[in-house]
Amino acid sequence: MTVNDIKNYLEATVLCGEELLSHEVHTACGCDMMSDVLAFVKDQSVLLTGLCNPQVIRTAEMMDIVCVVFVRGKVPDQSVIELACERGIVLLSSKMGMFKACGILYEKGLRGGVNS
Amino acid sequence: MTDTIKLKYIVSPDDFTRAGEASSDVKGKLKKMGIPPEIVRKVAIAMYEGEINMVIHANGGTIDVEITPSEITMVLADTGPGIKDIEQAMQEGFSTAPDNVRSLGFGAGMGLPNMKKYSDEMDIQTQIGVGTTVTMKVYIK
Repeated sequence: MTVNDIKNYLEATVLCGEELLSHEVHTACGCDMMSDVLAFVKDQSVLLTGLCNPQVIRTAEMMDIVCVVFVRGKVPDQSVIELACERGIVLLSSKMGMFKACGILYEKGLRGGVNS
Repeated sequence: MTDTIKLKYIVSPDDFTRAGEASSDVKGKLKKMGIPPEIVRKVAIAMYEGEINMVIHANGGTIDVEITPSEITMVLADTGPGIKDIEQAMQEGFSTAPDNVRSLGFGAGMGLPNMKKYSDEMDIQTQIGVGTTVTMKVYIK
């Protein structure tokens, strides 16, 4: 699945990283606790979250997460968007709630990573 | 790479928005040196959790990073309150972080367990009222 597929499935808007939409995504994680995200390592993941602060981008950066989806229509501050741009992380915003967004991606074949 | 590289960072207190800048810088430098991505990620995550801990619990502190051809050593030193019970602090889910930290996505009680998980060696020296020094090593080879 590509980031562009995720954008389409979740009817999301692109906040940054338009040029990176062809990147492949292998696993997903839906979480608001960043420490839990950090406990889970998988390559080329997408993170779905309702949290909008700069630490979401920092966490994504440390984990080499390729795309962050903000659920429930949330849009972070411009400074957060700029940080993601600098780090080459795609940001999407979807009006869907966390449960629905995760459910759709699961149905389309995306799976969660396992703790390594 | 044959030389030893030494880096020093100051983690500012109470500035949650900037927490992670040091880890981000180290991550970028290790990547540029051509260190394997899985090693870089281990260092980045372990150091980032440590950095967040320093901001949450200890009024900031200093981080010294030493990179040799065989390992990366991170020494995180603070003059915070110290850790009362290390064994308890190492348990997943145990946290003394205030509620406002939880609303920021941290304080789940995974900080120290994650630091241990992603480092190959970890040592904690702590004294109540004096501070805490955490030393972590990640092996390159």
